[in-house]
This record gives sequence, C-alpha cells and structure tokens, in this order.
Amino acid sequence: MSTPYAKLPGWADYGLIPLINLLVAFAVAGLVVLLVGENPFHAAVILVDGAFGSGQGIAYTLYYATNFIFTGLAVAVAFHCGLFNIGGEGQAYIAGLGVGVVCLAFDHVLPWWLTFPVAILAAAAVGALWALIPAYLQARRGSHIVITTIMFNFIAASAMVYLLVGPLKPRGAMAPQTRQLAEGAQLPKIGFLLEPFGLTVRPSVPFNLSFILALVMAVVVWAIIWRTKLGYEIRTYGFSPKAARYAGISETRIIIITMMISGALAGMMALNPIMGDQHNVSLDFVSGAGFVGIAVALMGRSHPAGIVPAAILFGMLYQGGAELAFEMPAISRDMIVIIQGLVILFAGALEHLFRPTVQTIFASLSPRSVSMAAKGERA
Amino acid sequence: MEFVDTLINIGNSTIRVSVPLLLACLAGLYSERSGVFDIGLEGKMLAGAFAGAAAAAVFQSAWIGLGIGMLISVMLSLVHGFASITHRGNQIVSGVAINFIAAGSTIILGQAWFNQGGRTPSLPPEARFGSITLPGADALRDVPVIGQLYSGLLSGHSLLAYVAFLAVPFTWWVLFRTRFGLRLRAVGENPAAVDTAGISVAWLRYRAVICTGILTGIAGCYMALSQNAGFVKDMTAGRGYIALAALIFAKWKPVPAMFACLLFGFLDALAIRLQGTPLPLVGKVPVQLMQALPYILTVILLAGFIGKAIPPRAGGVPYVKER
Repeated sequence: MSTPYAKLPGWADYGLIPLINLLVAFAVAGLVVLLVGENPFHAAVILVDGAFGSGQGIAYTLYYATNFIFTGLAVAVAFHCGLFNIGGEGQAYIAGLGVGVVCLAFDHVLPWWLTFPVAILAAAAVGALWALIPAYLQARRGSHIVITTIMFNFIAASAMVYLLVGPLKPRGAMAPQTRQLAEGAQLPKIGFLLEPFGLTVRPSVPFNLSFILALVMAVVVWAIIWRTKLGYEIRTYGFSPKAARYAGISETRIIIITMMISGALAGMMALNPIMGDQHNVSLDFVSGAGFVGIAVALMGRSHPAGIVPAAILFGMLYQGGAELAFEMPAISRDMIVIIQGLVILFAGALEHLFRPTVQTIFASLSPRSVSMAAKGERA
Repeated sequence: MEFVDTLINIGNSTIRVSVPLLLACLAGLYSERSGVFDIGLEGKMLAGAFAGAAAAAVFQSAWIGLGIGMLISVMLSLVHGFASITHRGNQIVSGVAINFIAAGSTIILGQAWFNQGGRTPSLPPEARFGSITLPGADALRDVPVIGQLYSGLLSGHSLLAYVAFLAVPFTWWVLFRTRFGLRLRAVGENPAAVDTAGISVAWLRYRAVICTGILTGIAGCYMALSQNAGFVKDMTAGRGYIALAALIFAKWKPVPAMFACLLFGFLDALAIRLQGTPLPLVGKVPVQLMQALPYILTVILLAGFIGKAIPPRAGGVPYVKER
C-alpha cells in the first residue's frame, strides 16, 4: 500500500470503526424506510421513544435483550475458538424441551427457587448436547460445523413440532403447546428494580430474573475466556490451530468443550420466554433470537462488555419496533430482520471496509503515529 | 395400472419440487467451485422470487419478471462478492447477512407496495410460465407405460423446469470442457497458481458469483411464476439450505447434483403423499421425520458414513496476493 497508514489507537479500533460500521448499517436501513415511503428520522424517534421513553418500554427492551445476551454470548464463545455456531436457534429451541420437562414435572411440587436451578441445568445440558454432535463431527470427522449446525436447526424444529403437536400437548387441546405452567415454574418479575430510577413498570411486563442470570453468564464467559487456562487454549486454537496443536492442545477436546459451552449458553435462552413470560412451551418460541445472536456477537466484537450493550440495542429494536409497527403500519417487525442483516454485513463481512480510510485520516492528522507504526513493525 | 398412475404422480411431483432445488444447487456449484462459499442461496432465491413476482405483477409479463428477478439476485450476489472477494470478509458471515436482508426486505417492501400482507398480487396465466405440453403428448396418453411416462412425467412442466434440467449438462460442459470452467475449478483449488498464470482471481470469482446469481434468480422465479401465482412471504422455506446440502451430497459435481436434488425432492413428494397413511413394517411415520430426513441424511453424509465429501480446497479462504 503506497498511502501512509497509521496504527490505530485502541479507542478507534474498538470504538470508532464499529461505530462507523453500525451507522452505515442504520443509514442503509433508513434508505429502506424511505423506499417504503416513510420518514426515517421520524421512524427513529418513534423507535427510541418506544424503547426508552417509559419504564414499560425499558422493561420490555431489557426482556428482549436477555434473549440476545444469551445467544450473543453463545456465538461469541464459538468465535473465540474460530468456530461459527449458527445453530443457536436450534440449540435454544430444543433446550425448551429440557426446560419444559423440568417445569412440567416440578411446577406443582417445588417453589420456583428450586425449580429454577434444575431448569437452568436442564436447559444448559440439552443445549450443550445438541451442540455436541456437530462439534464431534467437526473435530473427528471434519464435517463443516456451519453446515451441520444449520441442519441441526431444521432437525430441532421438526422434532419440536412433532413433540408439541403430539406427546407434549395436553389431551383435547387445540393449540400446539404444553399446558400452562403453575406458579412453581414462574420466575419472579424484577420490574421493581427500575423503580428507584423513578420509572413505573406494570407487573404484567415479562422482565424477569433471567436477565440477572444473563448478566452473571456474561461475567462467567469473560472469566472463562480471559482468566482461565481453558480460555487461553480456546483463544489460542481460534487464533492459530497450528500453534495450538504444536503447544499440545487437544483439538478434539477444545472444539467439543467450546461448542458445548456455546450450546449451553444458547440453551439458557429458553428460560426467559418459557419461565419468565409465556409459562408454556409453544411453537417457535425462540423466534429468531438465535440468529440475532450472530449480529450481537459481531457487533460486540465477541467481548461480553460489547455483547451486553449490543443485546440491549437489539432489545431496543424489538421493543421500539413493536411501537413503530403500531404508528407506521408499513414498517412491521420484519424491519428488524433487515437491520440485523445489515449489521451482520457491515460489522461482520465488511468490517474492514472503512479501515483504510480511517487509517489514512489518522495518518494525515498525526504523522507521528505513522512513524510509531513503522517502528512497531520493525520491532 | 393404478400402481403405475401413483408412481407417475409421485414422479411428477418429485420433478416439480426438485426444480428449485436443482437450480439453487447448480448456482451454489459455480460459486463454491470457484472458492466462494455461499450460505446465501436461500436469500437470493427469496429475493429473486419476490422481485420476479413483483415485476410480473406490475408489467403483466412473465419474461420481464424473470429478467428483474435475475437482476436482483445477481445484485445480491455482487454484494456477496464485494464483501468476500474484494474486501476478503468472512464468506459465511456475508451469506448469513444476505439471507436476513432478503427475508426482511421482501416482506417489508411487499407489504408497502402491494398491501396484501406480504404477498404480491395473484398473477394471471399470461404473466406466468405455464406448463408446456410436449409434442405428441396428448396422442400418446393412452399408450400404456411409455405413453404415460411421456405425457404424465416428462410433458406438462413449465419452461423453467426444462431449463433447470438442461442446465445440468450445460454446467457439466462449462466446467469440464471449457477454458472458463478449467480456470474456475483451478481458482477454487489453488488460486495462487491461477494468479501466477496471469489470470485475475477476483474477476474469475466475480464471474462465478454472477452465474450463481442468475441461477438463484431463475430458481426464485420458478417458485413465484410457475409453482405459485405470485410471491408468498418466506416462500423458499429453507430450500436454499437443502440445495446446499444436496451440493455437498453430490460432492460438488453437476450430474450427481441432479440426482441428489431428485432424491431430496422425492422425499418431499413422498412426505406429502404419505401424510397419515401407515407404511408396512414401520407403521405410521411422523410427517416431521420425513421432512427432517434430508437434513439428517446430510449430517450422516457429512460425518463420512456415505463416502467422504471433500470441498474445493480454497473454499472459504479469501485470496491474498503475496506482496
């Protein structure tokens, strides 16, 4: 490259470039709004107001964000190992079976604070098992994990349809879902946590305890990836499988463990809608949250500190999008799917699109950083 | 006699179901043989179907619909190419992005333009690709077996279905008998060698990706303009992924790709046919199992139990010229 380029400072690398990518994604989404014949700025105002304008809105935003924290962490853990777990959707869906079975068994017997830990374990275990097979096939038989996890999404969907229209449906019921869960399997709402900030939240808003679990998991993931030997091995393998092999890290073990952690995290997402909101297992309760996780992980640069805000942003899009669909019927919730796609495109596949430009600008602003970069390269 | 009729019926619906799979599968073949993985077949088919149906409804012409459908699909392909060839982004991430963009925008734009809950207006026969009766099909209808096969199985499909099956030998010829095909395969195996020979890796891959766009566009238009009389939201329903599975199943070869698509199509046709009827020996098979069968088969194949599928060596790896 003949143009001088600067080594970017950390804040530009981790703050500025993702921000530019995000802004471009939203600008293109704005064009779609324009194409539909609405004012994108007006739409943005309604969206933000719907998500953050009231205690109600904030609670709903955080409820949706809970799902995306789980699935985003799931995708991120796999990314660190150089794996693309596109199967979060299926892992979460099938984990709903684990949660459902535990809840159906214990909801009349145990109080929620005993059902909850068992359900967490069940969700994590089933999610992890669903990720285990693709992981094993990748590690031992060399089949591509992206394809197998996509296939497993479809297999999970078929299995759940079979179970929900058959064995899990109460006798005589019409709707393909389990019976309503009793109080022993209903998570307490935590809307009251927002009250000290002067916000009022109706008890019907499904913002519940699993949000806290999601935050705990974010810390756990951070600790595993950056503070344990396992995390070091995962990152080493992700950075250079050759180096990992040379260092004596077992390829099979690391792929399988990483994917099982990833599947477990995706599986825990099932807790939020099942125990926190609908109080039953219904068809398609995941409704795309597993895929949103991909966008969230890419946006958050696979770091929990980035994933939580990214999840809240997508929660905002879901909640604000519902309000927006009410005000502007032409813009339904499917708008979010477009935004999700654009974020994946600009923050993921095209993440280096603006880097050379930014580097050139930095170089022209401070020639010192160029010489520093050159020195750094020599060293 | 009734048995033959049933077989021909199933055969006929197998062909109908297989056509979009086959077109998408061949589309993926061009791209992946050139070293560009394409998860976005699904999205491009969907966008092609929507654009085709929308244009056909506005201009009341199937041909304009087909043209626009192919155009939009090629444009999405170029986005994929721009991200994964020019900017060396992650090809899988880019494909996933295209799937979402297509899934969302077809619904939003469809609702905004036509106001029918994400559908496009129902197309009259002259704006669709109707079925073509092959010469002599009516005369031969009563000849047992051969006549029935000719008139019931081979005749009566839409033009695009014949295009799909003719695309199989054509693709074979392009890949294995032309200079372009040789280079295309080479760039998927060893791009550095192609580069050393003074051929542009990027331009070759772009051409491959454009071929993909054209074929996914036709696949989408077949669904919207032949199988159905318009676009319904999410009408591809995972066929792009099944096509991808068929491609792996066929080990990235055109003729086996056709048989793989026919097999998956047959399973689908059988699933519809057998809904609720008990089978000998196994009893009643849940429909869901039949629907999941292509995916399960693919996983088993990928696991290497039915021969090993080896992808093009440079697949998924962006080409960086040595400096």
